[in-house]
Amino acid sequence: MPVQPRTTPELRFSLNGAPTAVEVDAGVSLLDLLREHLDLSGTKKGCNQGACGVCTVLVDGRRVLACLTLAVQVEGRDVTTIEGVGTPDEPHDLQRAFIGADGFQCGYCTSGQICSALGMLRELDEGVPSAVSESMGAAPGRSNVEVRERMSGNLCRCGAYNGIADAIESYADTTGSHR
Amino acid sequence: MKPISYAVPASIDEALAAIVDLPGAKFLGGGTNLVDLMREGIETPEVLVDVTRLPLAEITETPAGGLRIGAAVRNTDLAANLAVRQRYPVLAQAVLMGASGQIRNMATVGGNLLQRTRCLYFYDAAAACNKRDLGSGCGAVAGHNRMGAILGASEHCVAVHPSDLAVALVMLDAEVEVASRTGTRRIPIQDFHRLPGESPHLDTTLAADELVTAVTLPAEPLAASSRYRKVRDRASYAFALVSVAAALEVTNGTVSQARVALGGVAHKPWRATTLEQYLAGRPATDEEFAAAARAELAQAVGTPSTEFKIELAVRTITATLRRLRDEGGAA
Amino acid sequence: MTLAPERTARPSAPPEADAGPGRTGPAIGRAVDRVDGLAKTTGTARFSAEYPIPGLTHAVLVHAPIARGRIRSIDVAQAEAHPGVVLVLTHLNAPRLTPPPTRMNPMDLSTMAAGSSIAFLNTDEVHVDGQPVAAVVAETLESAQYAASLVRVDYETITPTADFEAELPTAKAVRSMPVLPPTGGKRGDARAAYTKAPVQVDLSFTTPQHNHNALEPHATTAVWDGKKLTVYEGCQNIDWTQKFLAKRFDVPASDVHVVSKYVGGGFGGKSKVWAATLITCMAAQVAQRPVRLALTREGVYRTVGGRTPTRQRVAIGASRTGQMEALIHQATSRKGRVGGEADQIISCSLDLYDAATILAEQKIVELDLMTNTAMRAPGEAQGSFAVESAVDELAIELGLDPVELRLLNQPVDKSPVHGTRYSHRRLAQALEQGRDLFGWADRPAPGTRDGKDLVGWGVAAAIHPAWEFVANVQLTVDATGSATLACAFHEMGMGTATVVGQMVADCLGVPLERVSALYGDSDLPMGPGAGGSGQTASLAASIEKACQAMRKRLDALASKSGMPDGSDPAEVLTRAGEQSLTVEVGADTGPKAMWGQVRFLSKMVMDSRRWMKAATGAHYCEVRVDADTGELRIRRWLSVFDVGRVVNPKTTHSQLRGGIVMGLGMAMGEETLIDTRTARIMNPSLAEYHVPVHADVPHLDVHTLDDPDPQMPLGILGAGEVGIVGVGAAVANAIRHATGRRVTDLPLTLDRIVG
Repeated sequence: MPVQPRTTPELRFSLNGAPTAVEVDAGVSLLDLLREHLDLSGTKKGCNQGACGVCTVLVDGRRVLACLTLAVQVEGRDVTTIEGVGTPDEPHDLQRAFIGADGFQCGYCTSGQICSALGMLRELDEGVPSAVSESMGAAPGRSNVEVRERMSGNLCRCGAYNGIADAIESYADTTGSHR
Repeated sequence: MKPISYAVPASIDEALAAIVDLPGAKFLGGGTNLVDLMREGIETPEVLVDVTRLPLAEITETPAGGLRIGAAVRNTDLAANLAVRQRYPVLAQAVLMGASGQIRNMATVGGNLLQRTRCLYFYDAAAACNKRDLGSGCGAVAGHNRMGAILGASEHCVAVHPSDLAVALVMLDAEVEVASRTGTRRIPIQDFHRLPGESPHLDTTLAADELVTAVTLPAEPLAASSRYRKVRDRASYAFALVSVAAALEVTNGTVSQARVALGGVAHKPWRATTLEQYLAGRPATDEEFAAAARAELAQAVGTPSTEFKIELAVRTITATLRRLRDEGGAA
Repeated sequence: MTLAPERTARPSAPPEADAGPGRTGPAIGRAVDRVDGLAKTTGTARFSAEYPIPGLTHAVLVHAPIARGRIRSIDVAQAEAHPGVVLVLTHLNAPRLTPPPTRMNPMDLSTMAAGSSIAFLNTDEVHVDGQPVAAVVAETLESAQYAASLVRVDYETITPTADFEAELPTAKAVRSMPVLPPTGGKRGDARAAYTKAPVQVDLSFTTPQHNHNALEPHATTAVWDGKKLTVYEGCQNIDWTQKFLAKRFDVPASDVHVVSKYVGGGFGGKSKVWAATLITCMAAQVAQRPVRLALTREGVYRTVGGRTPTRQRVAIGASRTGQMEALIHQATSRKGRVGGEADQIISCSLDLYDAATILAEQKIVELDLMTNTAMRAPGEAQGSFAVESAVDELAIELGLDPVELRLLNQPVDKSPVHGTRYSHRRLAQALEQGRDLFGWADRPAPGTRDGKDLVGWGVAAAIHPAWEFVANVQLTVDATGSATLACAFHEMGMGTATVVGQMVADCLGVPLERVSALYGDSDLPMGPGAGGSGQTASLAASIEKACQAMRKRLDALASKSGMPDGSDPAEVLTRAGEQSLTVEVGADTGPKAMWGQVRFLSKMVMDSRRWMKAATGAHYCEVRVDADTGELRIRRWLSVFDVGRVVNPKTTHSQLRGGIVMGLGMAMGEETLIDTRTARIMNPSLAEYHVPVHADVPHLDVHTLDDPDPQMPLGILGAGEVGIVGVGAAVANAIRHATGRRVTDLPLTLDRIVG
């Protein structure tokens, strides 16, 4: 039977742990779905073209850009946004680390930086190398240079890069893993 | 963005039927380039046929001792694969020097090969661009073309292909497996992308009804001694001014085999065959590396904005071969 | 010589941790965590496009793809017919607005708020590429976006003039205006002195257009309730936005409510009122619905001004022992035919060095381009690149250490051109302390190689004048002992909301955790604009006054209850049976407001005659240049700043680092590309306009002298802009040291470094 294209498919996925079902136009991005249709404005829009990283969310634990993801593509997936990472009442240790290390100024890139960092540390745990890894064959170690290269998809125009890297490294130090 | 519809085929056959049967259909991979171009009004499909859920995401051994990489393998998974990293380090490096961590988690191998140029005039709907609108002219030839081609360009187009992965594949003599309703075929990667000539609107030799299903890497011991070097305008997350994928075998101080492909210099990944022929059997010295690079670039043509890339290419090739000689590959 | 290894560990001495609630002693000077930290790190801080508004509609702009011409016809039928479209606004159906003020009125600085003189959607003329010619309003964002692509416009076009270099001969002289930053100055006959000087350096420089690229694109939500307008917009000047909109829409300012709680970066780009703000308010008026318009990234590039490009000449004549005999700094910048102004490009040259003669002058070219606007250290950022590069070249010419040359020519106590006294000047200390901390004595020989890289060390000085503006505040203390400061100031990430609490705590003598601030809303007393690095100092002046007045009133109440002066406010109020006490400094309306403005202006004029007040600094860096390719990497960075008193080392150091990072962007990659044939920006995107990424920025070792300026409120000089000044030159000087090559054009891309 030939495949049936749909203009407004029903979309079922897990959003911050909650089963979610919405009808959404096929052309709507995951970012616009979150911000404009579900009032989850913690995920930001900075360029809408995959060049700044402020819309970073986790899909099945992997960091992706919500602006270049069509909402329909997350059918059946597990989506985590900054709202699912931690709350003002129960912040995640990484969110606390960002505050302690002053890893933000205006705060607009912060959600993306935090989601990206969580995905990035998982990639390190899985042994994914980076462009600055000395050897492709060996498992990469965590270092300031590795963290900075791996976080380079997240721009911060306020220039809080030092604080962001410090926050991520101190969080990773205390959690013990992340090589 | 124009309203569209979306389809998830359950099988490759279903996908191949959909692309023919549904008017205005286009395959969707990771979407990192296509979705952006749709938003810019440069790509205007009516239907997106999502091929990322098809069984195309495996990396497997081939009977010939190489690797077969499914077209829907995400870039991160390709770069993380231990067989790729150890046997084809140039490929892992090329992938990791492209885009960002987030984009690598989304982008597929097939989509990477089919990404379109980042030429400023292609991206600007108000500008003349033969690639976007054949016959409208080329705004870039006498405009801002710092990122433009120095090899194989035509008066109609100076765009370059932006992929890093494809440069490594060209150096590795990979083949692209494609399928359509009428069957499958294998395209040598060198013949997959094309030069602009009179028809810059065509990036590849892929037919409209064909789906990239895999890329195969031949068994190649030399590939373990390979590296990717990318020169760009910032330390990360930028397209190449010049990139070099290279492998080198030196026996008793003499080059027994050199393989080089260049990125950022042409409408397609550029295999440096002149250089390779020049170097074979010559002493593995810095001078010979530079002479070989100069021989390759002898045919290069620069504009005032791209002239520097000719010398930059020579120097980057020389430095990459020198490093391969002195330190070996990146594995 | 030892080369420092690339830093992989975190800084050895992070700002001392805040001991948290209950800590006694002064709040000022403590590295307190930001008060908005939880809101920002959990994504719960709502930026201007994120307020849930019932009945909201979405607007999308249609931009002209031509730079000069006229709309012949505009066809909106298809767009109007698209499902969900509420309105297509064009010059044919838009409400007529009162034209923007054409002159600056010192009594009402909101007259400076116009982004340009274009009468958006009130004219068929097109003046700049990307000018909005229509706005589509629809029930959903997707509907508005697609319908906008269906609007068809037919233009009559005129060839634009857009080539800055080609039009340099048409440049007109810029006259310095009192009160505004200097664009010229003279001490003696510099031309003659230069000719006679035994050692001469004469260099030409260019800097390109830059764009702010705050990561939050400008967004406006407009809601009309009868004749009352509420605007949600992240901006740097709530007062200007409120008054300017009131004038344009011909309603009383009190009927315009501006909400601007969180601002996702500004850097100068959100100080003025740009096209989209006006159009959103117009659309909401016509649609009779709330309208939100969040610009696309391209839309920001096309409708908000950027930093002017410059061409500069710096010529320095010196004695053989290094005394500067003549310093000549000539600069040309650009503005739009429809607005913009001259940045103070030469201002650094008036105060960095005590040259025996000085000539500083500016010219300006008018082009068919979007107006330029202030961007972080407007003028100083570009001018310092030129003068601090030339000074470095002079040091090489003289065979003198570049730090020594700078120290040798420091003014003692008076500004060389104007003769005003420095309120205090610590640039020499900054240079010396930086030299010691960086280990400058171990500077390697020029052209030293480390593996494949050439190693270079560079130094540059920084200066940025201190500004103060009017800040009206309201301070309330209640019977629980809580103090609340209310003022419509701006929090774009500078940490203002945090340091305000610290200042109130100490001035009033209450614990920090009992102080909170209300800000970012025009319903609050008028705040200073976030610009000129002046917001914190301006607030400090009024906070000091308010706290003094509050103390007085508390003491009066206390004495009634037989309590001594300085008693705990909670106890005083409780015993007196008062719920709360409120004091106000300044007034927003009426004769008192006028008087406040007069007092502000007269103080400014008096001050400018008596004092030169400025933040200063010294940057030291080590770069690596790949000997094969010219790729540039910053390996090590250290800066020492005098920003007067440091209220919060954590936020202040972050702000200074932010300035340095933006300076690294200028140095290494930022450039807005304009196709001079079409006057069109060709790289309106964060992919092709290269701001620094994480990998470009090493640990930035920032130090502050923390020495209060005696002439500034609480001794604060301001830290927002001095960080960027001189960064480009420090990098260029390091490249010169590494490669022997003097690069005089920004950005310092590898082709320019290799040559």
